[in-house]
This record gives sequence, C-alpha cells and structure tokens, in this order.
Amino acid sequence: MNWINAIVQGIMLGGVFAIAASGLSLMFGVMRIANLAHGDLMVLGGYLAAVSAKRWGIPVPLTILVSVALLGALGWGLQRAALDRALRTSDMAPLLVTFGVSVIIPNVLVELFTSNSEPLSIGQLGTASIHFGSDISVGWFPLITLIAAVVVLGALELFLRRTQPGRILRATSDDAPTVRLLGINDRRVYALATAISLATVALAGTLYTMKQGGITPFEGQLTVLFAFEAVIIGGIGSLWGTLVGGIVLGVAQSVGAQISPDLPLLIGHLVFLAVLALRPQGILGREAFA
Amino acid sequence: MSVLTVDNLAAGYQDFQAVFDISLELQEGRLLALVGANGAGKTSVLRAIAGVLRPWEGTIRFGGKDVTAVPDHQRARLGIGLVPEGRHLFPTLTVEENLLVGAATKRPGPWNLQSVYEMLPLLRDRRRRPAARLSGGEQQAVAIGRALMGNPKLLLLDEVSLGLAPLVVDQIYQAVPAIRSSGTSILLVEQDLNRTLTVADDIVCILEGRVVLSGTSQGLSREAITEAYFGSARSLARKAQP
Repeated sequence: MNWINAIVQGIMLGGVFAIAASGLSLMFGVMRIANLAHGDLMVLGGYLAAVSAKRWGIPVPLTILVSVALLGALGWGLQRAALDRALRTSDMAPLLVTFGVSVIIPNVLVELFTSNSEPLSIGQLGTASIHFGSDISVGWFPLITLIAAVVVLGALELFLRRTQPGRILRATSDDAPTVRLLGINDRRVYALATAISLATVALAGTLYTMKQGGITPFEGQLTVLFAFEAVIIGGIGSLWGTLVGGIVLGVAQSVGAQISPDLPLLIGHLVFLAVLALRPQGILGREAFA
Repeated sequence: MSVLTVDNLAAGYQDFQAVFDISLELQEGRLLALVGANGAGKTSVLRAIAGVLRPWEGTIRFGGKDVTAVPDHQRARLGIGLVPEGRHLFPTLTVEENLLVGAATKRPGPWNLQSVYEMLPLLRDRRRRPAARLSGGEQQAVAIGRALMGNPKLLLLDEVSLGLAPLVVDQIYQAVPAIRSSGTSILLVEQDLNRTLTVADDIVCILEGRVVLSGTSQGLSREAITEAYFGSARSLARKAQP
C-alpha cells in the first residue's frame, strides 16, 4: 500500500510543477523565450508572500494575491524594459537576459534576507490530512494545490480559447508580423504573456513556500529544471499536457523516494530522458517541436 | 476625394532597392490595380503603404493624413487593411478565430462574422476547421474575410489569385463588388492582366520600380499596357545584345 500512497503523493506534488510549468510554456509558446529565471521568479513569488505576511501583516491566504499581483506587474515591466529589446537584438539575447535575472534574484534575496529560510506558516492546514483506509492519507494542502493547478490551467485554457485577448495571444504565437497588420501591437501581447506567466509562477511559488513552511534564495534553480521537464514530458504547447507532465514527474520523484531517499531526482530525470527519447513531442504534444 | 496619395516613394531591402520614385493616387471608392512583371516592385509598394516596409524616401498620405512614420499596427487601426501575399493565416486557429482576430482593429463598419459569412458562404461550413487544414482557395477567402473584419477604408490585395485554380479565382473575385459597395477602396496587385482589366477602374503600370504608364482602364489601350508590362523583357533583351 506504500506504493499507492507514493503515487497519490506524487500526483499531489505534480500540482505545483504543473502551475510553474504552465507559465514557462506560455512564454515559450508566444515568444520562443526559454525563461531560465522561471524558478528564481517562483522563489521571488514565495518571498513576496512570506514578506508580505511577516512584515506587512497581510493575512496568509491573501499573500497569494499580493505575490501574484506584484510579479504580474513585474512581468509586464520586465518584458517592456528588457525582453522586448532583447527580442529585437538576436535569438540568443532573451535567453541571456533571463539568465541574468536568474543570477540577480537569488543574490539580491541573500543580501536582503540572508540565506536562512524566510518562514510562511499556514498553521494546521500544513499537517491536516484525509485518511483513506489505513495506509493512504492525502494532505489537505497538497490536495488544494492540485485543485488550484486544475483551476488555473482550466482558466488559462478558457482564456486562450474563448476570449479575444486569448485568441490574439495564440495568433501572435503563430505569426507575430501578421497580427500587426490587423491592428495589434505585438509588444503589448508579449507583455501580457509575460505578466500572465509571472503571475502563475508567483502562485506556484507561494503554494510551494506554504507547503515547505518557508523559502530560501537558491531553491529556484532546481525548480526551473522540474518546470522545463514537466513542459517537455507533457508536450510543448499543450496546457493539459503540462498537468500530465507535472504529475508524471511528481509520481516519478515520489516513487523514487519510496525506493530510496537518494533517488527522487534521479528517477525524475530518467523519466524525462525516457520521454525525450521515446516520444520527443511529449505525452499530449501534437507535433514534433521545431 | 483621395483616400491614398503616395508621393515619390523609394523603398527596398538592405542594399537592394525595389521601388524608385513611385507616385500614385487612389480616389475614394475606386479600384486601382498595380500592373507589372514579377519583381517590378508591386508587392513592395503595398508593403510600404501598409507600413511593413519602411520607405527610404517619399511620403504616404492616407485620408489626407501623413502616415509615413506611423507603424503598421496603427495604420491598420486607421483603416488600411493588407491581405498579404501568401495569405499568412494563423494555422492553429480555426477559420472563425482567424476572422475574429481580424476584428482587433475595433473599427466600426458593415463587416462582422455574419456579413463575411454571407459574402463567402463556404467559410461558414468550415468555420470550426483549423486554418492549416484548408485548401488554397479557402485560405485566400479567410485571408480576405479576416482583413474585412477590421472594416478597412482601404483594402490592399496582394496576388490573391496566386497558385489557385481559375475557377477558385473566379469565386474569390465575385466578392470584389460586395467589398466595393461597402465603401471600401481597393488597391490590387494581380498577375492576370485580363482579370485586372475587368475589375479595375484605374491602372498603374510599374516597370523595374518605376511608374511607366497610368490612367483609367478605359483610357488605356490593351497594347499600351502589354507593352508597359513586358517592357522589362525587352529592355533586358536590349541589354543582352552586344
């Protein structure tokens, strides 16, 4: 029964990966920017939540909104101030900008908050769980995270399919010069995409920080890897694919941990490599990524 | 009243000059056709008017306003709609989504999903289909419908018949009178001289990036236009002689 439990825990773990991965997928899909700072922005989102609770006295559940709003605004600004210019320069430049951001964020966080954990406690919710039979228990908070992932991905999907700004985002992803002929400023579309991407990663970072009970500056560098892996396992360009990818990665890590405490990361990476070798377009990916 | 005035336009790509000193004027409600051989600079003129290609020299006035420095997406909002050569649909979007994105200019006017489907009924049956899975003729119809959704005052049609079967081209051209009756002026680039002479009010012949002949389609003789059209071949032949 421990195995079933491991799988259930893995599915729950996949929720955070999926939320983090959806923003990464969006930026890559619309602008072909591989955001190397995604994990560090997630950590920044966690810090914004932790700091707004501890220093500004904001109730813990509301810190999610603070973090999402601030990082969303940062995303808009980052796109307009830096990434737009980089996109005009060369294919490599945006990658380097995000790499620079990924160096700056943790180092600034160390300067401001030291490398100790910045706590964010959700009290009893952190340990409360539901029991099924004698062996399987599901934590309330991981369950909430998974539900949040489904809601966020569903909302994003609806936004992209059913609203005019969503259609414009997809059209820009297909052919940016042509949307300009239809009266659309593609730079604003990019800013919107980055704002949404950072807002979702802020949510992922806040939930992650709540789950861990706190956050440290350098945790993002491994997380960005998980997010990339979730996107590729699930299939680039497919939002539900990122959920599948997040869950597959979560289960792989969780089952790995069941075998040996040394194994979770290794098994996760092996599953990722297996998908890359056997189904490079990803589980739900429609066509090969060019 | 003139909708579009182009004065002394020069434009090109990096070190290649495609357009030398072209001037033309399009009166409101009329259809002007640019005629010329491949590589004469017709598409470059359209791209400069739409704002995709930045002119090296000259001015472009639209509805009396100098738009030479206005970026392409703002020109679309002012009412210049380009149906680009090669259609450039959004392949992952459905037909209907392609049309809806065309409405992003937010310009009021007669064109909406309903009126576009009425004019191009084949699109209504295909409206849920991704644009990537359409025939060439259907794609061209979507491209025209998408530009109309923006309710342009001036529609630039670039080689709409390229690569299509004659029967399909007929169907596409059947839409032209309806577009004109909505008050939209049209600037057309078309390889097929016969078709051009049937639909155009005014004709401007371009040869090697320069205007060599212009007038109304009644006022110009077919021979004169043909000569202007093939002028490049003859001048090349002259150059080839020792």
